[in-house]
Amino acid sequence: MSDIALTPPVPVTTEPVLIRSLLIGLSLVFVALFLFAPLVTVFVEALRQGWGATVDALRLPDAQAAIRMTLTIAAIAVPINAVFGIAAAWAITKFDFRGKAFLITLIDLPFSVSPVVAGLMLVLLFGANSTLGGWLIANGMPIVFAFPGIVLATLFVTFPFVARELIPVMIEQGRAEEEAALTLGASGWRTFFTVTLPNIRWALLYGVLLCNARAMGEFGAVAVVSGKIRGETATMPTMVEMFYNEYLSVAAFTLAAVLAMLALLTLLLKSLLEWRHADLLAATRRH
Amino acid sequence: MRAGILRSPSPLPGFGLSFGIMMTVLSIVVLLPIGALLGRGLMIGPADLWEMLNSRRIWSALSLSFRAALIASLFNLVFGLMLAWVLVRYRFWGRRFIDAAVDLPFALPTAVAGIALTALYAPNGVFGQALAPLGLQVAYTEVGIWVALVFIGLPFVVRTVQPVIEELEADLEEVSATLGARRAYTLRRVILPTLTPALLTGFALALARSVGEYGSVIFIAGNIPNLTEIAPLLIVIRLEEYNYDAAAAIGIAMLIISFAMLLAINAIQTWSRRRIGLV
Repeated sequence: MSDIALTPPVPVTTEPVLIRSLLIGLSLVFVALFLFAPLVTVFVEALRQGWGATVDALRLPDAQAAIRMTLTIAAIAVPINAVFGIAAAWAITKFDFRGKAFLITLIDLPFSVSPVVAGLMLVLLFGANSTLGGWLIANGMPIVFAFPGIVLATLFVTFPFVARELIPVMIEQGRAEEEAALTLGASGWRTFFTVTLPNIRWALLYGVLLCNARAMGEFGAVAVVSGKIRGETATMPTMVEMFYNEYLSVAAFTLAAVLAMLALLTLLLKSLLEWRHADLLAATRRH
Repeated sequence: MRAGILRSPSPLPGFGLSFGIMMTVLSIVVLLPIGALLGRGLMIGPADLWEMLNSRRIWSALSLSFRAALIASLFNLVFGLMLAWVLVRYRFWGRRFIDAAVDLPFALPTAVAGIALTALYAPNGVFGQALAPLGLQVAYTEVGIWVALVFIGLPFVVRTVQPVIEELEADLEEVSATLGARRAYTLRRVILPTLTPALLTGFALALARSVGEYGSVIFIAGNIPNLTEIAPLLIVIRLEEYNYDAAAAIGIAMLIISFAMLLAINAIQTWSRRRIGLV
């Protein structure tokens, strides 16, 4: 036995245990206070007066109309956005044309525009006091304070989601497989459905998932454009605001809890996709 | 159309169709509305625009939106970096769960976050009651706006920095240690410089999102003119008064701020690509 006391090795590529534990602890506290506390509050407040009151709140005609409205909007806006995203990704990744970088910046633009400003733009373009809006209203097709306006506002705020996810994936996959399919005599559509689509399906699903979450949850742009007419143009998030401002706390938080559950479902599906298909998603690509 | 726009020929079909769909949707959804706002601005004229913007209430609102976004994004810069580091480098129970939870602010509708934060921090809420003896009031003050924007901006910093930490080469840290650097020195002089572009990008993304944020803020802010009234809310108020010109003026000011930040983000990414080849 040697007399030299063996000191534990000093870590050189990580931090000392004390600092590690401190940072982990701090992170957990931070996440608990800033993320989990608000989430839990939604459900606590929804159930504050017992299950009966919560169920009654869901039966309110205004709440039901808002739920139907939100589902309808998402059912229209998300497919349009998916088709746009696929078309944009195809044009941008399969061809070389002038102004491509500028085009990508334009597609990204809605992410950095305030939702309220987005709503304002639609009001200025299609509102009753604009030339185009006045003409559309005279012909029985009002956009602002009506259904089409909400769809357009939703399309604006969700605009980059699918394209943003597909473009990096399709750049990485290149054009060789499609070119081979065409050389072997496949038609353009057949090439797309049997070669391209299987390659991008998980990325597409991922983009659609994020797009759908935002479509159902958008507040600012929709609040401005919809006019928040009960039973007609009120969506779930705008109905949450109206209930809340009328001090109908349980009703507001019940509708909010439904939205929160949708958000949790989105996170769950998103995590599953990230764990299963990380290599096929732009967001989680590991080299 | 194909020959005119394409830079080089491609054997693949569908350029006309896909380009057509893209430009049609882009025009209707994004370009026409932006054109309508800018066109309105041109009709009003720069002198009158300036006249409309030059009021104490609007300057208070614009500077509040920017200041609160800046403070919240700086806070997120520090805590987002910590969270990203802990999630990548340390193994602990519940790590994957926390990792998934970081995206909650992306998934949770802003109005839901807004009323939940207000319920928590209101004087009779759980956090509100806990902070009252310390003399801190969060709800209906500017601090409340900071809290809402911290919630909104957090994922931007974490999700931008996380992949870069994952790709850090261990040898760099080993070399640094072998050459006699203490861990703190390695972190400061080797790791932090590598993370700087990603940190700046995440910070700028969080800032851009926070400046225009509306849903999560208006419930907790109290919305007192000149004090806790954010710029987007002022647009909504002007629209409800059917004062479209005044709303357009504020909207244009905010759009210019957005464009400036978009340019800044692009510049940071170009700079970082040139410097270390990482985005």
